Amino acid sequence: MNSQTIEALVTQIKAGSLSVLKLVEDCYDKIEAAQSFDFIIAETKQRALERAKTLDQEIAQGKRSNKRLFGIPFIAKDNFLSYGAKTTAASKMLANFEAPYQATAITKLEDEGAICVAKSNLDAFAHGSSTENSDFMITKNPYDVTRVPGGSSGGSAVAVALQVVPFSIGTDTGGSIRQPASFCGVIGYKPTYGLVSRSGVIAMSSSMDTIGVFTNNIDDCQLVMDVMSGQDPLDSTTLDSKHKIVYPSLPSKSSQFKVAVIKNYLDDAVDPKVRASFNVFVSKLKSDPNIVLCEIDLQSLKYALAVYYVLGPAEIASNLGRYDGLRFGYSNPSDSIEETYLSNRTNGFGAEAKRRIMIGTYVLSSGYYDAYYKKAQKVRTIIVDNFKQAFLKHDFLIGPTVPTPAFKIGQKTKHSMDMYLSDIMTVAANLAGIPDINLPIDRANNLPVGVQIMANQTQDNQLLAFSKYLEGKI
Amino acid sequence: MSNKDYKLTIGIECHVQLRTKTKLFSGALANLKSEQPNIAISHIDLGYPGGLPVLNKEALKLAVRAAYALNTQPQEFSKFDRKHYFYPDLPMGYQISQFDEPIILGGYVDVYNPATNSYFKVNITRAHLEADAGKTIHPANTSYSLVDFNRAGSALLEIVSEPEMHSAKEARLYAEELYLLMRHYGVSDCDLYWGNMRFDVNVSISKTNQLGVRSELKNLNSFRSIERSIEYEMKRQIEDLESGNRLVQDTRGWDDTTGKSYRLRSKENADDYRYMPEPDIPPVILNKEFIEPIRLSLPQKLKTLRTRLIELGLSSSVVNILFLANLNYDQIDLNLILNRAAKEAQQVALWIVNIQIPLLDDPSQNKSIVLDLTSQDKLFKILYKIYLDQKISSTNLKVALTSFLQLKKLPDNIEQALLQQNLLQNSNQDELESAVCKVLEDNPKVVLDIKKGQDKAIGFLIGAVMKLTKNQANPGLAREIVIRKIYQDEQ
Repeated sequence: MNSQTIEALVTQIKAGSLSVLKLVEDCYDKIEAAQSFDFIIAETKQRALERAKTLDQEIAQGKRSNKRLFGIPFIAKDNFLSYGAKTTAASKMLANFEAPYQATAITKLEDEGAICVAKSNLDAFAHGSSTENSDFMITKNPYDVTRVPGGSSGGSAVAVALQVVPFSIGTDTGGSIRQPASFCGVIGYKPTYGLVSRSGVIAMSSSMDTIGVFTNNIDDCQLVMDVMSGQDPLDSTTLDSKHKIVYPSLPSKSSQFKVAVIKNYLDDAVDPKVRASFNVFVSKLKSDPNIVLCEIDLQSLKYALAVYYVLGPAEIASNLGRYDGLRFGYSNPSDSIEETYLSNRTNGFGAEAKRRIMIGTYVLSSGYYDAYYKKAQKVRTIIVDNFKQAFLKHDFLIGPTVPTPAFKIGQKTKHSMDMYLSDIMTVAANLAGIPDINLPIDRANNLPVGVQIMANQTQDNQLLAFSKYLEGKI
Repeated sequence: MSNKDYKLTIGIECHVQLRTKTKLFSGALANLKSEQPNIAISHIDLGYPGGLPVLNKEALKLAVRAAYALNTQPQEFSKFDRKHYFYPDLPMGYQISQFDEPIILGGYVDVYNPATNSYFKVNITRAHLEADAGKTIHPANTSYSLVDFNRAGSALLEIVSEPEMHSAKEARLYAEELYLLMRHYGVSDCDLYWGNMRFDVNVSISKTNQLGVRSELKNLNSFRSIERSIEYEMKRQIEDLESGNRLVQDTRGWDDTTGKSYRLRSKENADDYRYMPEPDIPPVILNKEFIEPIRLSLPQKLKTLRTRLIELGLSSSVVNILFLANLNYDQIDLNLILNRAAKEAQQVALWIVNIQIPLLDDPSQNKSIVLDLTSQDKLFKILYKIYLDQKISSTNLKVALTSFLQLKKLPDNIEQALLQQNLLQNSNQDELESAVCKVLEDNPKVVLDIKKGQDKAIGFLIGAVMKLTKNQANPGLAREIVIRKIYQDEQ
């Protein structure tokens, strides 16, 4: 196990004791060795090796650099537009799509010296919770290859769980980072909405899409989030950079953490093994003199999944409108424009995308708009207010991240409702735009179990400080 | 069948392309005015994956100006929405527009009617910002269509009037007034050739106070076509009703060559655009710090200017020419007229219309006006005095003005300069008398004709005097002397 932090690796690279080329080549060896997990869509080998050589030359020439990710390899979910390989969103629709520009997040990482070595598998267009919806391959869980890694950022979670790279990046619209992090036993971070630019990331549900990271320790998580976060002129929904994540942490104002357990996340639907692991975790917090623990009842949370599956598909249907095969993407033209649309979209999109386009189109249609979309918007506002009220009294809210450990491949593909329920405890954070982290706390029958910790909007630095505090104790 | 039984009602939606350097949501150039397709496009305009719209602040400022042009204020809060439909020239599958919270609500236009020298009011329902679509081209005899995305994403302000115009003429005057307003306030270049102003005209007829079934004439791009198409449409609807048919709400095109409208699609079933709030653009909140500097930079109201010019005794047609010239050319400033007393103002206005504007309008003359406005003001003042004193002929005045306007700096003494260039009139009685005598001697037959009563021939003799004196003679004085001499001889 390579448990060195990114900071330690960078220090060695800059000291000349670790070659970037060697580090990058090691990644490809590891990818090769782990091929059976089917977590990589494409390697960006040529570009990565060239970048590695350039960086090594800089060191050899004695150039000093203050780049904080100097020579650090990483893997990006294949819905980030990036150079060096095609950007597919794991969809047949974009199987041959070459990005004409790079996502801001990728650019920021590269500007700090990081090297993207590969693009990881996902549910096509990030629609799913198991990475089974990829049009190319089904990714396997590192702890049990008969099980799913979670999704939609399954490939990125596996990459970090297998220690192929020190960090990987993903997107989280309803749990797509936290849920696979929980299933794969790694740290998964979903920041406050707007903290990281969405420019160059293939949109799913624009009002909920966030960009985050998978790592094996909090320091790495915080460092990478520091690099990626901040206002971007290319994304008008990004927040003022004064809210950005900073590494290392600023000294905490308070030495006491006020934590509330979300009662609503501990009902019968939660697997007994998950509940047991969670209860052990809670008892550790109870005995901590710096933690004030209580319970909270958030009634509105029971509507979160329903709201999510109305608003999400509405935005998805809209965002997928551009994939008509006329300017880019899958194209199989027919005689008339109508038939061409039909042909391109019928063949280019998979079943889940079509399902969500139909739901989304329906809830926005005149006559149904008020009953579905508008009502869901109102309930979303109530959920946001509910969280706001809760954070007046508590610094952090906790609960299990997912009701169950990783499930079997094929177990939930027949009934999409079963699959959707896997997100039941993660979607609320996206509706409210609040930061949320998955920390691995236990194994149940050798399958990882995670806890999620939520904080108020823009309280990302406090959340990471608290996570760091817990890191040594769990 | 009589038109008089039916009341015509017209409402107009006008798409004004804002005068921005870049597009509404991307950094690609707008207002390119190029026939070459697809050269001003970015990944955002093409709807590429991952592209996000970023609102152009300049467009927002121009919308604020438009609000004041429409006699209202911009809304403190407005937001953008997505309007969904599929068409090859709409890359994202939706148009970014403003649905229920537009930037402008209410307002009105005071429309000037030069025929009656009076105004009528047209109320504005709303005006909203939206991104333009691309242009689909269907080449003849081919099995394909082409799309030009240069226009895609350009900033438009759609101005929606209340349905309260009742004649084709009124509709045309409203469109013309809107044109002047948008240019006067610097909102748009209003270049009709490049489609900077496109009109959708809703026409209905009714015998009662209830509005009839309306047809929407799409994409009219000239004032003439607005007037003609409404006249045609009224006639068509009346004929249809009178022959016992039921009118169907529809969207129609206008063929300027045949002078006929034709159905594009029936609107029996309302289109479902599935409007949704645009999640990529935060709501627009306009505070005082944003609006005040814009408000303070606004020009004088068009109506005020027009009233003042008319009060100075200018005709409405001269005023219209001046308005357009003032908009087209930096070298023309209405203050040069407004700051003068009536008589002088009228004269200066005529000089501007007859001498200055033609000079600017005809680039083939390769002449440009470089004289600054302060010097122009001085020049007009001095020339007016010389003109009043009858010291210069109208021909020479034109020569003088034309040449002075092309100077960077005026001569220190203008009258002296005119004198040196032999452009001033000679009112010296003795010199003129001898010139007249010479002309009369040279033209005995003409003198005889005049004596026989052919008064018109006097003009010929004056012309000859002017020629002899190289245009320096005062023609009035010359005429007096000619007549006196001819009849003196008789006695």
